[in-house]
Amino acid sequence: MAGALNPKPKDWALALPLAAFFTLFFIAPLGLLVAISFETERQMTGTLGLGQYAAFLTDGLNLAVLRDTLLVGAKATLLCLLFGYPLAWLCTRVSARWQAVLIFLVVLPIVTSVVVRTFAWIVILGRHGIVNEAILALGLSAQPLKLLFSETGVVIVLAQVQMPLMVLPLITTLQRIDPNLESASQALGAGAWRTFFKVTLPLSLPGIIAGTILTYTACVTAFVTQSLIGGSRLLFMPMMIFQQAMDLQNWPFAAAVSVIFMVSVLLIVAMLVALSRSRAARLYS
Amino acid sequence: MSQSAGHALTLRGISHAFGQVVAANAIDLDIRPGELVSLLGPSGCGKTTLLKIIAGFLRQTSGDVLVDGASISHLPTNRRRIGIVFQNYALFPHMSVAQNIAYGPIAAGRPKAETDAVVSEMLDVVQMAAFRDRLPRELSGGQQQRVALARCLAIRPRILLLDEPFSALDKNLRLDMQIEIKRLQRQSGITTVMVTHDQEEALGMSDRIAVLSRGNLEQFAPPSDIYDRPASLFVNTFVGTANLLRATVAGTSATGAAVRLADGMVIETGRETPLPVGAAVLVAVRPEGMRVSATGGAGAIGAEITAVMPIGPALIYEVALIDGSSVKVVQEREADAPLEGSVFLHFKPNRITGLFPDHSGDTHKKGN
Repeated sequence: MAGALNPKPKDWALALPLAAFFTLFFIAPLGLLVAISFETERQMTGTLGLGQYAAFLTDGLNLAVLRDTLLVGAKATLLCLLFGYPLAWLCTRVSARWQAVLIFLVVLPIVTSVVVRTFAWIVILGRHGIVNEAILALGLSAQPLKLLFSETGVVIVLAQVQMPLMVLPLITTLQRIDPNLESASQALGAGAWRTFFKVTLPLSLPGIIAGTILTYTACVTAFVTQSLIGGSRLLFMPMMIFQQAMDLQNWPFAAAVSVIFMVSVLLIVAMLVALSRSRAARLYS
Repeated sequence: MSQSAGHALTLRGISHAFGQVVAANAIDLDIRPGELVSLLGPSGCGKTTLLKIIAGFLRQTSGDVLVDGASISHLPTNRRRIGIVFQNYALFPHMSVAQNIAYGPIAAGRPKAETDAVVSEMLDVVQMAAFRDRLPRELSGGQQQRVALARCLAIRPRILLLDEPFSALDKNLRLDMQIEIKRLQRQSGITTVMVTHDQEEALGMSDRIAVLSRGNLEQFAPPSDIYDRPASLFVNTFVGTANLLRATVAGTSATGAAVRLADGMVIETGRETPLPVGAAVLVAVRPEGMRVSATGGAGAIGAEITAVMPIGPALIYEVALIDGSSVKVVQEREADAPLEGSVFLHFKPNRITGLFPDHSGDTHKKGN
């Protein structure tokens, strides 16, 4: 144990290149970002203060953008979970060959370019897209639905694009559950639903939390999908930061918005981690 | 626990096939109320398949499972009231010992007071009351098995199934748990079916043993019959150690057949055979059914000792016969030094376990 906890100096020297890389290209820029966010003047004159933060937090419109971003992420994550869980469950029930096919389909969005994928969705969701043509043909609605450039569209597309991040951890967790546990539950007189809610679901909680964290952070920061599907009338945090920095050249404000956004997402992730610690850590220590 | 006692379990013509592989071939078993029956056989013999069919995890291709004469084949697992203890115990890892035991009664919709009473009773039965709030992973293997048993008995099952129950325990604990489970089974009088590949476990615990091979029921009889009067060559060689001596049928009579051994000696076997005089047979005899000595006598055949192994109270001799075949003999260790060199092999009266057709001889003859 002592040897493992106190690696020889030579051992951790191996991690130095990566540490240097992270310091140079991640820690340092992040520090710089935080530093800039305290500049009170747009021209970055060196006057430090909390002016940029105050400007963001006192403006209701800004706060609405933050709220919408966090909410759209939550909705997309929930949709991912609702569709992803049965899919992951199915993956663990079928033969190895079908499992490979299903996993390939799940992973497909990752291997496609985000821009190509998003434009494909524009074609599908548009006024004369496949979805609306089908809805009109089936008589489900008299008018084409406004899916593109709407929050609904953003949620649907985010859910599809980020699905692998939800499904893959879920498959891993579900596969780890001893199939005898479900058999035991049935033999003890429990039906399929009781078995699912009392045995399978609680034991897959670590996978649900891991998948939720990955999907959520990916959804709220999905710049391309949010902008292209949401259109110019829907504004989310990543686009707001982009506009402030690139279009308006207001770097201190963009930096402050970034820090606020980052802290908000981290708080949510921290809450999920705390949840997994309290429940799941008790089971899998 | 009296109301769970005494249910009869009947398997009637159970067959099951996985694709081309026949895992069970028209199996008939009549298990009496309160009996402990072992399904014994090597892996792939179909014993686990039968257990899954009884539990309802698997639907048989044909045949019927009956409890007290009523078919349960159409019932799903959760409505059969058949308890099963898994090889790995399959305790719910996210529930305490008490919650595990309460799972069945709660699923059955029992009132809380009744559930609590059952949990306490079961914890006492398996002597685990002090561990009621522990999680399964905080328990030893033997303790986990007790909890698995208690959880299973808490639903007052009509039949108890044990799937390789002792294979995950170390050797010392194994015997303790075997005795304990046997005692619980006797006390509760619950009809029990145990799957095992361990013959000692089956011989020691069972009222009757069903020996299976490649989906076929080879023999269903009490342990002593299985050991002393195996119905087939497979049973004879799978259970216990068997010496097989090449011989030909020399004559048959009311008291059994006489056979001519390789060196020409004719001995009475005390066993009957449907084979005609002159047919090649394998004479099966256990290592303790023979004796070696320095002096000859009636019915003794000449042999050469090739190896001696002292194992505590006994000696194992490996001796070579005149036809080159080798047999093992176990006998008590005397004060004298072990025998060496040329000896005589004696057959103890009425200890030949069976006469089986010698098919290897047939092919040999055809080869000539």
